[in-house]
Amino acid sequence: MAYQMNGTSVETDEEGYITDISLWSKDLADLIAQDENIDMTDDHWEVVNFLRDYYEEYQIAPAIRVLTKAVKKSLGPDKGNSKYLYELFPYGPAKQACKIAGLPKPTGCI
Amino acid sequence: MHEEDEFGESGVVKRFMYVNRKAPYGTIYALECLEMILIAAAFDQDVSVVFADDGVYQLKKGQDTKAVNMKNFSPTYRALDDYDVEKIYVEKESLEARGLSADDLVIPVEVVAAADLVEIMAAQDVVLSS
Repeated sequence: MAYQMNGTSVETDEEGYITDISLWSKDLADLIAQDENIDMTDDHWEVVNFLRDYYEEYQIAPAIRVLTKAVKKSLGPDKGNSKYLYELFPYGPAKQACKIAGLPKPTGCI
Repeated sequence: MHEEDEFGESGVVKRFMYVNRKAPYGTIYALECLEMILIAAAFDQDVSVVFADDGVYQLKKGQDTKAVNMKNFSPTYRALDDYDVEKIYVEKESLEARGLSADDLVIPVEVVAAADLVEIMAAQDVVLSS
């Protein structure tokens, strides 16, 4: 599969994660989010940006438990809990948010 | 994917030890082992990690991988703490033989003599060497 962005084609793997992280852009994120039936709000962006920062620092996409804990540490308990994150990303916050953030599938996901 | 409480409740927790003996680049062993460690930790297993022989280079600060065209994955060891992997041992003899000390490493570790490592190893359910 591939996304078409401004005339260039961005390849994904069989699960829909883009294969070249350097081709990510905010517009592409909106496109991926549409495919996931997610309407991106500031709250969604906050989590997506958080994941991109995490990846930048640690070179991995965190598993859900790790993401929840890290969000709690940095954005507080109101956001660092699975209920809040699942409301934003119903098919799995780590999985869906990582896809939108242009990151690989979280390490620790089967 | 591992979702909270979905798998953790089955309750079987084993003591897994991962022994890293190879230099970080040139082969895929170090990176693959790190992924195994993170997966085991994500499934709430009791994880210990050992670095011995050239494996101690995996934790060396200041890695520059441009020339070998591989991703520098040493920052990922710093995520072990987030995954609650806290038992990280480095074999004292291997470290000293390479002129290194704990200060040269990207994460805090417990430096352990080979003789003491034997006992820690004997207490595990599973020991995987790579």
